[in-house]
Amino acid sequence: MTNALQPSEFEVQDIMINMGPQHPATHGVFRMVLQVDGEIVKDLIPHIGYMHRGAEKLSETMDFRQGIGFMDRTEYLAQFNAELGYVMAVEKLMDIEVPERAQWIRMILCELNRLSSHFMFTGAFGTDAGVFGTSFTYAFRWREEILDLFEEITGDRLMYAYFRPGGLAWEVTDNFEARVRQVLELSKQGIKDIDGLVTNNEIFKARTQGVGVLTKEQAIDWGTTGPVLRASGVQMDIRRDEPYLFYDQVEFDIPIGQNGDVYDRWCLRMEEMRQSVRIVEQCLTKLQPGPIQPERMPRMLRTPPGEVYIRTEAPRGEFGIYMVSKGGNRPHRLKVRSSCFANLQSLRDMSIGQYVADAVLALGSMDIVLCEVDR
Amino acid sequence: MNTLFGLPVALDALIRVLIIVSVMTVVVMGLIYVERKVLARFQQRLGPTRTGPMGLLQSVADALKLVAKEDVRPTNADPWVFELAPFLVFVPTFLGFVVVPFALAWSVRDLDLGLFYILAVSSVNIVGWVMAGWASDNRYAMLGALRAVAQSISYELPLVMAMIAVAMVADSLNISEIVRGQAMVPNIVWQPLPFLMFFICMLAEMNRPPFDIPVGESEVVGGPYVEYSGIRWSMFFLAEYASMFIMALLGAAVFLGGSAWPFGEQLGLPWQILLTVAKAGLIIFVVIWTRASFPRLRIDQLMSFSWKLLLPVSFAQIMVNGLILVYDLPYGMSHTLLAVCSAAGVLFVASAINRSVTSPRPRPLLIPRSEAAR
Repeated sequence: MTNALQPSEFEVQDIMINMGPQHPATHGVFRMVLQVDGEIVKDLIPHIGYMHRGAEKLSETMDFRQGIGFMDRTEYLAQFNAELGYVMAVEKLMDIEVPERAQWIRMILCELNRLSSHFMFTGAFGTDAGVFGTSFTYAFRWREEILDLFEEITGDRLMYAYFRPGGLAWEVTDNFEARVRQVLELSKQGIKDIDGLVTNNEIFKARTQGVGVLTKEQAIDWGTTGPVLRASGVQMDIRRDEPYLFYDQVEFDIPIGQNGDVYDRWCLRMEEMRQSVRIVEQCLTKLQPGPIQPERMPRMLRTPPGEVYIRTEAPRGEFGIYMVSKGGNRPHRLKVRSSCFANLQSLRDMSIGQYVADAVLALGSMDIVLCEVDR
Repeated sequence: MNTLFGLPVALDALIRVLIIVSVMTVVVMGLIYVERKVLARFQQRLGPTRTGPMGLLQSVADALKLVAKEDVRPTNADPWVFELAPFLVFVPTFLGFVVVPFALAWSVRDLDLGLFYILAVSSVNIVGWVMAGWASDNRYAMLGALRAVAQSISYELPLVMAMIAVAMVADSLNISEIVRGQAMVPNIVWQPLPFLMFFICMLAEMNRPPFDIPVGESEVVGGPYVEYSGIRWSMFFLAEYASMFIMALLGAAVFLGGSAWPFGEQLGLPWQILLTVAKAGLIIFVVIWTRASFPRLRIDQLMSFSWKLLLPVSFAQIMVNGLILVYDLPYGMSHTLLAVCSAAGVLFVASAINRSVTSPRPRPLLIPRSEAAR
């Protein structure tokens, strides 16, 4: 300790704080290293990969029916949306026409899934902001109703594996429409509850307005999609721009944020939930009895050689499936274009110069699913 | 000095200390149960149900678990400071109980400077927090401890100022006398603004939401507590709930009329105790309610709220009180003036908060699907 009194010893140093992989605010096993000067974040290094299970590679060893289940496990909060991408890719490769009823039911389930996923976001984000569990229980109560409905239809609460190339695995329950209407009513109540508890709360506004701002240019440069991109003021919604299913036959509004901050992302998701309710209500009026699988489906799914990219608007952004087939009953290569992976990269831009507490909010406002990021 | 049954002073003091510690421990256990149950109701849950009838023994089970748990000390921790820290939080908190009156003639010691004393001892525990944060050799703990210091110092001042304002009106620093002075009208009527400030500062002093910044779960994962376990952690916990109870009792005594209003003098001891407990319970209930419904503030917002709003307003309140009281107006007139000025202060604080938060800002646009892209 000869140089203990050297001037350099007295220089102010930033400290590094390691947040995660086991930290209550990192939503799974995400790790970020914060370089902080007091409370101000000077730099932020995100580390991902703790949840990597090689889902894409594993999918190459599974045939097209087994692969559907893997999509559930990739995106475990928007399972139907993930399955949809996969089965649409297979359908496009095999050139299968999907019956109308199956399409409408897929649309209803995907939108309900968006609702349940956004409910999850509201709950988890409230906890990040420090509402001690109340927003969580509020949101989960209504999410639970949606999951109950999914369980009735598919037999599973989380890992549905219900969509099949060509249509659906089996017909929905007899009281499907009545149950969906009931769930919608409950969801409306839930949206109102959460709005009342959080959205107009003064402290919540003070904490989130002007925090974690991502400009339009930054949002585009990082390749963000979904609510994060729209909150920054970019009008992009794949449901509108490249309609799949029957999104071109229903009316809905696309909320576009004007400030690009955390509060906008919150308000945007609340609005999307209302729009999802609206979409499902329209779908229900158009639902007709009919087949849910094409007349002639091969027993064994075999695709001709080719490659295909499918984009869908999942709750967290663009969920893309790039599938290469060399013939046979399994994909030669499957690439999942993860929405969260791209969104997560913008975290550094959102957080630098802000407080530590704001970095937590910025992370929460992206609504990441680490399983999807790492795959 | 009056001692119990004419015992020697030292023995008498020992007995009183024992009474404080045992009563407080039981009260804290009750409080934890109540908080868990009430919070559960706010959150549409049931709360503890399995331990004993209606989960009544949950706190006992928790306490047993905590006592039986291994007391871990990190290798890099500073052993003495680490192990002493819980005591420095625990002891000052319990010292505050000495002057809090339960009934008109029922406090451990009836000090003439009781209000001053309780504010003094309740701010000592911050030393324990800093020790805990420093000794743990953990960055979360350090960050939490520094936040705790900043917060505690900032909110100590408005708290003291609010108390001075009400002491001016009550014309005493003896808590028992302040209580007796409210036999007709509780102080909150004359001094609503100091009560509001007391409540806010109380939340901040106790690190309760929305001011739980030093221990924020989603940021610093428990702050100074993060390396503590077992019995030492439970001492922090005990101190936290004990200070909540003491602060609630203090608020009930100084602002809500304590055991004196209404009819405390006439209806005797049981009614007085009931009054105290009910009023303290009301404050505790609101504290829990706040916890269930508010997000956490950020550290800079917390600081500016204290220094830019609460402190100037509390000075203004003291000056106004002094101006009104110095002229020796008739009781009704001076107190009406006090009430009006203080209520105006409340309105001012509310509007200032409102103005700082609800700035007009564009809401998200709604673009219909059918509209052409871009």
